[in-house]
Amino acid sequence: MSLKRIDLLICCGSGCVSAGALKIKEKIQSVLKDKGLLNEINIIETGCMGPCDLGPVMIVYPEGIFYQKVTVNDVEELVEEHFIKGRPVKRLMAQDKQEQVVSTAKEIPFYQKQVKVALANCGYIDPESLDEYIAQGGYEALGTLLTEKKPADAIEIVSKSGLRGRGGGGFPTATKWKLAAGNKDSQKYIICNGDEGDPGAFMDRSLLEGDPHRVLEGMMIAAYAMGASKGFFYIRAEYPLAIKRIKGAIEQAREAGLLGKNIFGSKFEFDAEVRTGAGAFVCGEETALIHSIEGERGHPSAKPPYPSDKGLWGKPTCVNNVETFANLPTIFLKGPEWFASMGTKTSKGTKVFALTGDVKNTGLVEVPMGITLREMIFEVGGGIVGDRNFKAVQLGGPSGGCLTTEHLDVPVDYESLKEKGAMMGSGGVIVMNDSNCMVSIAKFFLEFSVEESCGKCSPCRIGLKQMLDIMERITSGKGKEEDIEELIRLGEAIKQLSLCGLGQTAPNPVLSTIKYFRNEYEAHIRDMSCSTSVCLDLMHFNIDKAKCIGCSLCAKKCPVTCISGSKEEKFTIHQLDCIKCGTCMEVCPVKAISKIPQMNDEVKACREKQRLQSEYEE
Amino acid sequence: MKTLADLKKIREKAQEEMKLRGSNVRVKVVVGMGTSGIAMGAREVMKTFLEEISQRNLTDVLVTQTGEKGLSSMEPVVDVVEEGKDKVTYGNMTPEKVKKVVVEHIVNGRIVSEFVVTTGN
Repeated sequence: MSLKRIDLLICCGSGCVSAGALKIKEKIQSVLKDKGLLNEINIIETGCMGPCDLGPVMIVYPEGIFYQKVTVNDVEELVEEHFIKGRPVKRLMAQDKQEQVVSTAKEIPFYQKQVKVALANCGYIDPESLDEYIAQGGYEALGTLLTEKKPADAIEIVSKSGLRGRGGGGFPTATKWKLAAGNKDSQKYIICNGDEGDPGAFMDRSLLEGDPHRVLEGMMIAAYAMGASKGFFYIRAEYPLAIKRIKGAIEQAREAGLLGKNIFGSKFEFDAEVRTGAGAFVCGEETALIHSIEGERGHPSAKPPYPSDKGLWGKPTCVNNVETFANLPTIFLKGPEWFASMGTKTSKGTKVFALTGDVKNTGLVEVPMGITLREMIFEVGGGIVGDRNFKAVQLGGPSGGCLTTEHLDVPVDYESLKEKGAMMGSGGVIVMNDSNCMVSIAKFFLEFSVEESCGKCSPCRIGLKQMLDIMERITSGKGKEEDIEELIRLGEAIKQLSLCGLGQTAPNPVLSTIKYFRNEYEAHIRDMSCSTSVCLDLMHFNIDKAKCIGCSLCAKKCPVTCISGSKEEKFTIHQLDCIKCGTCMEVCPVKAISKIPQMNDEVKACREKQRLQSEYEE
Repeated sequence: MKTLADLKKIREKAQEEMKLRGSNVRVKVVVGMGTSGIAMGAREVMKTFLEEISQRNLTDVLVTQTGEKGLSSMEPVVDVVEEGKDKVTYGNMTPEKVKKVVVEHIVNGRIVSEFVVTTGN
């Protein structure tokens, strides 16, 4: 038994690390060493604790005091006051809605609506310690299953729990296993899909970094149920820490006899290894992922045959998402009824979301299915940053869609979101305030899909590019009246004709924004106006001569010298030369320069002249 | 690790290592570590508690600290808090007295009345 009296948990998720968590840890170690306290305090690096924008965060046990936005300069005080004198440092603690200081993590509003299942240990245990995972009941589910139950029982339990794939599609997990289990081939494979690629999504990364043994145990449960003896973790190479942690976990499990032959004295044998992906978005699609593991080019292939019949190297294979695996140990420990008691009729349990964008509390959250978007954005997320208004929320990344204010009371489950034109996706939630141009947002996601299209099938390869050309036209003030209908026609065709999930969902961001923000598209096309001044061609800067004091600062700073004037005449921007860099607005001491959300008349006339000229020449 | 019993053994040991993070605490020893407490040797008192508890392998006892308690004339002051019982406050503690409190009070449940300052919350 140790003499330790304090467990100091420092969040070392990627967010906190980039905010300086490791430097703080070093500083704490050196201060503790100076004061001779090293043997009394346990410093533990944990996975992501969730509230990333409060980072670097840490929790001090036994009291459970939660500290946020800690800097290296705070360390001396923290050690002196809290660790030596036992007086928690109030100024580093969080505040609740009534601006009262709250001491423990549980009291913070950010955590109150959350229910942690997959993330239960994330930010609480040392992810590199097998013992700490076991202390939380780790591998007990697997041990009990292997010694007391048959594979068919495992499928039955998961079927009862109602667990569905957490990667986005929402296919019932038990059905997937059953298909593979029904196959009598002697060699079967299980694959963990950790090829998380949606912009702004980091659920899988955090799970793999924060609780790798849980994912491994989940994989082994699945392997036993479907009869696989070999597993692969497919993780993108951009996640070096996740790869290191899962490799470490596999190594520890091997040493402890949890991997190999006769696991828990049963006949079950299993081993796992890690394969890294090169970061192609399409490799998140199961057939493309399988080809990538085989060493082939990451191209999807037509289904059927499904991977459950002919998957990796032609053998029956199951591909499950990281979060799906992470739910399994708890389902087996607490029972399927417990899991099914959370959520809605068709979507059970909890879901992890990466909450990003214009909300106060960005970070990693786990909420019960069926929670409304309003609760998620305004209660867990703490509402919109600054004094802006909520405009839209984008769910499901490049495959999903945007929802608006009228959808705030939609429950978050697979069916409800799909019905409204968005999708659960893997769990990326991007909240947007009213300074966002929805046409630009749709264009951004479309650009991503065009870039990531593998090029195998023409609807996706050519069709998406055509859509992007139209979007570029619209955002540069060259849109035509019929463009909106053409986008819808192309989008619907691409959805129906594409080979894999990438193409089948890529038009969603455009289609859903047309559905809910058609007026913005029309304003871009007809009035050549971007009301948020995001599309540079559809706005201009203007100097208010009544406010201008003629200081000439704008003219001096303008990188293309397109501002001229004098103290008497005041200053003017020559719109035809302006590159819309915004420097003049930033430097103006009297705020005389503003954005006008419309194409300048002079520019409009010049463009019209050019157009007529080129027509005449033809 | 070949059986569930092996797993259980590892779990119990690991839980012990993690006891600071909650669960399974029978007795909490709170040492007052304000300026006057430290001046009167509260650190030595706390260290002795940690050592005694560790030596006796008392897995369900937690040592923690707090700030000034207001009883400056009685420092170092220590609270022994048991689930469901009144808090017992000991004053003028020394490492010698700590050993007695550990044996009598924490192990055998007999309050060492000669050192007690006050009881109840």
